[in-house]
Amino acid sequence: MAKRSAPEVNAGSMADIAFLLLIFFLVTTTMEKDSGISRKLPPIEESEEDVVIKQKNIFTVLLNGKDQLLVEDELMELKDLRAAAVEFLDNGGSTDNEGNSCDYCKGKRDASSSDHPDKAIISLKNNRETSYKAYISVQNELVGAYNELRNRRALEIGPQKGFRDMNFTEMQKNYKDVNWPGNKVKLEEVIDQIKKEYPQKLSEVLE
Amino acid sequence: MSKFKKKKGGDLPAVNTASLPDIVFMLLFFFMVATVMREDTLMIENRLPSADQIEKLEKKNLVMYIYVGKPSSSYKAKYGDEARIQLNDKFAQVSEIQAFIAAERASKREEEIPYLTTSLRVDKEANMGIVGDIKQELRKANALKLNYTTTQGDVSNNN
Repeated sequence: MAKRSAPEVNAGSMADIAFLLLIFFLVTTTMEKDSGISRKLPPIEESEEDVVIKQKNIFTVLLNGKDQLLVEDELMELKDLRAAAVEFLDNGGSTDNEGNSCDYCKGKRDASSSDHPDKAIISLKNNRETSYKAYISVQNELVGAYNELRNRRALEIGPQKGFRDMNFTEMQKNYKDVNWPGNKVKLEEVIDQIKKEYPQKLSEVLE
Repeated sequence: MSKFKKKKGGDLPAVNTASLPDIVFMLLFFFMVATVMREDTLMIENRLPSADQIEKLEKKNLVMYIYVGKPSSSYKAKYGDEARIQLNDKFAQVSEIQAFIAAERASKREEEIPYLTTSLRVDKEANMGIVGDIKQELRKANALKLNYTTTQGDVSNNN
């Protein structure tokens, strides 16, 4: 008997099977990437020395159990917080610890407000009853204040280092981006310099 | 002559669907690669607050998730109405966080441990009390990199 060739497999339903799988993956896919406000917690230190900080270098933000905002002992709306924080940080009334005055500050140089961005500390106090959404809103505004100053500084010193029209947020994004074609060593220098000029000093207390 | 004559009355030829499986497979592979399966089944309400000064969390495998929120409706009868912590697939106490961090660290390679980030996925209606307790535990466990996971949006959406 002659050998019969094997019958061809009907591939007509291949598309159906593939569609089924496709729909399954379509439904289970979550495209969103996690993002949020990044913070670094202070490590627990055994020996706590009392550091004396001048009252004028502290910007107190108090958030009570009813989500009311008290900034430097005055009631404030959330939308005004960022501007107030910028004004405080950028004041540059005096000098830092090494005696350098803040030549990049554009504030009022008010003697009764912060001396130098390097010395300025934002103290955020919140209550156990404070809601998380209010806390995040305040955090967001404070981070926003720092970013505003850093972005401004980046636009000032960026062009001298060859990074034209790039603000601080974009610099950080490019630095992380593996496909970015520019000079990363130089970019890191600029980022570090800006971070040093406007350091994020945020202390948190939970009452 | 007849060469140039239009064919008349011919049926509309059927569209060739032979390449349909190829196209579908292409899409299928795209979604298979892009899919991230949900790791934890949420037993709590978890509506994240919105913020606009946010950074992206890179390297998903180096993130530890801590969920906080009110138990969802099916667990309300058993676990009450207060905001609670969920680690992996079950409710947990604040005291269990250190063990959770240790377990997460043990499952990673040694050189990856310094890059581990904790993502706090807290419901916007929760209080700061429980968040503060978690932060204190994280400090004790020396897991200092923290991310308050939020959605992209203006803070005015939070109210």
